[in-house]
Amino acid sequence: MDKSNAIRTTWLAALLLTAPLVKAAEETAHIEHAGVNIEDVAALQRGAKLFVNYCLSCHGADYMRYNRLSEDLDLSEEVVMDNLVFADAKIGDTMKIAMRDDDAQRWFGKAPPDLSLAGRSRGADWLYAYMRGFYQDDSGGWNNTVLPNAAMPHVLWRLQGIQTPVYHTVTQGGMELRKIDHLELTTPGLLSPEEYDDTVRDLVTYLDYLGEPAKLKRKNIGIWVMLFLAVFAFLAYLLKAEYWRDIH
Amino acid sequence: MAKPASSLARQATALMTWVDKRLPVTEFWNAHLAKYYAPKNFNFWYYMGSLALLVLVIQIVTGIFLTMHYKPAATEAFASVEYIMRDVDWGWLIRYMHSSGASFFFILVYLHMFRSLLYGSHRKPRELLWIFGMFIYLLLMAEAFFGYVLPWGQMSYWGAQVIINLFGAIPTIGEPLTEWIRGDYFISDATLNRFFALHVIAVPIALLGLVVLHLSALHQTGSNNPDGIEIKEHKDEDGVPLDGIPFHPYYTVKDIFGVAMFLIIFAFIIFFWPEAGGLFLEHDNFVPANPLVTPEHIKPVWYFTPFYAILKAVPDKLMGVMLMGLSVVVLFFLPWLDRSPVKSIRYKGVWYKILVFTFAVAFFRLGMLGMAEGTPAQTWEMRVWTFVYFAFFILLFFLSKGGKTKPVPERVKH
Repeated sequence: MDKSNAIRTTWLAALLLTAPLVKAAEETAHIEHAGVNIEDVAALQRGAKLFVNYCLSCHGADYMRYNRLSEDLDLSEEVVMDNLVFADAKIGDTMKIAMRDDDAQRWFGKAPPDLSLAGRSRGADWLYAYMRGFYQDDSGGWNNTVLPNAAMPHVLWRLQGIQTPVYHTVTQGGMELRKIDHLELTTPGLLSPEEYDDTVRDLVTYLDYLGEPAKLKRKNIGIWVMLFLAVFAFLAYLLKAEYWRDIH
Repeated sequence: MAKPASSLARQATALMTWVDKRLPVTEFWNAHLAKYYAPKNFNFWYYMGSLALLVLVIQIVTGIFLTMHYKPAATEAFASVEYIMRDVDWGWLIRYMHSSGASFFFILVYLHMFRSLLYGSHRKPRELLWIFGMFIYLLLMAEAFFGYVLPWGQMSYWGAQVIINLFGAIPTIGEPLTEWIRGDYFISDATLNRFFALHVIAVPIALLGLVVLHLSALHQTGSNNPDGIEIKEHKDEDGVPLDGIPFHPYYTVKDIFGVAMFLIIFAFIIFFWPEAGGLFLEHDNFVPANPLVTPEHIKPVWYFTPFYAILKAVPDKLMGVMLMGLSVVVLFFLPWLDRSPVKSIRYKGVWYKILVFTFAVAFFRLGMLGMAEGTPAQTWEMRVWTFVYFAFFILLFFLSKGGKTKPVPERVKH
């Protein structure tokens, strides 16, 4: 194989390998980039407050301890106890809820999942879209564009207001189907749409952090580790070159 | 020695003489490092072996620390992993080293094996070396599979379900066999307990034993090299290969540089991208195992997906399982399938370059397809690449004997 030929085959291979897998056309709600930044401590604090006020009555965070919040969010233990702990809990306890699983089953049809790892299993973007995807459907009940027929009601509806769907019809296999085109805010809430998005972003920032609290420090440590390794690699290279000078 | 040695040096020599009379430490050091002669023309591909050994050590050491906090019980396993991630000091680091280490082990082993294809390292007289290596690879797959079940997430549970059920395809003994493996009628606490035992004791001991055999076989024949020629055929009057250099210090210092470069990549993953976009740690595995809820899309971890794709390419379950088994077993026979008079790709004709290249593409593409959802179009693509995968071995057998070769040099080219 001559050189130009080899280059051509390499290109061909690269093309072949990166060719996207043929995917079935499927219906998924449009998921926007949430743009969370877990380094933003103020957002984390606001998110934590939203979390304990709106989520923590039904969803637990069984693997997260309250005192971790005080360590990571620049809050004293007193501030955490006074503002974030409503349950009969001590500062070293995990964020458990009082609701029993079988009660939850009866009330919601399904026990609300623990949210400790929602940021990791679902991802920030999904959670952001989910919290913005609630609407009132034809039956007058709550529904969600991201997770259709979700058992969860829209707990932030006072903040957002009420969205109702605007439909369009598509023809699929000779059948006319009604599909949601977009959601329209028909009853305004306490917050403007922009303010509501920011609020959801704060909450999702907190959930992202909640999924992996170590994320806050691992990147900072990682920079130093990489720097050390770069110096080590350089010295190792010099050592190797010195030893190998006489090998021809 | 011209000058009298210092009293400390004299004492050290005396101590070594004392020890050597009782345990052959110096003899061992010389036989395997200081006077073990390796070809001087090793290239990039020859870092993988020592790096795989490094990762083995990382896995054992981090594994010991994980075992101190992990609880192998269906009701506690998931929570104990989160406890390690959140409450154990540096637990997240140990866990990420272990989880990323598993994937890196496979990356290194795949590159290490591909090196053999390039330079014919499995060919005579190194057939046993290759076979021990293949057994290491098989055990590594078992070790990774058992280990993946331990966090007891949804993918742990359902991945294990799918893989164990493969044994159920075997006629007559299939069903009882799966029950025997699980220790229950379904995957349960009993399964988790035995997989823990196998993961932390049985398989690691067997792995270490095989690594000793692999290295003993290597040091018996000596290393191959990118030219695929035997350096032992040209020795000086002292019996030292002319193209050989002592492993220590030359390759020890070179491998330290390799280790440094590897650790940079390894650390990048651990500190900045531990999930590797769902490849190293799958998103669904952050949901606790639930026997009542089947995840939408069950797939094994990336290092199994090429074989998983071969399984899925076949409509019949038993035939699929057999073909998947065959795709691994056939690798054992590589030393005898390649009948070319030369070992290295450097002195083989274009036919071999095309064969190896398409084989690599097939393996990579099957790996991608094995992760995908499995649309009809993907299933057809899997069939094509499965065909290419097996065609490699058949064509190799028939083309290698008479295939064009170039003249092989007497001595290695640096």
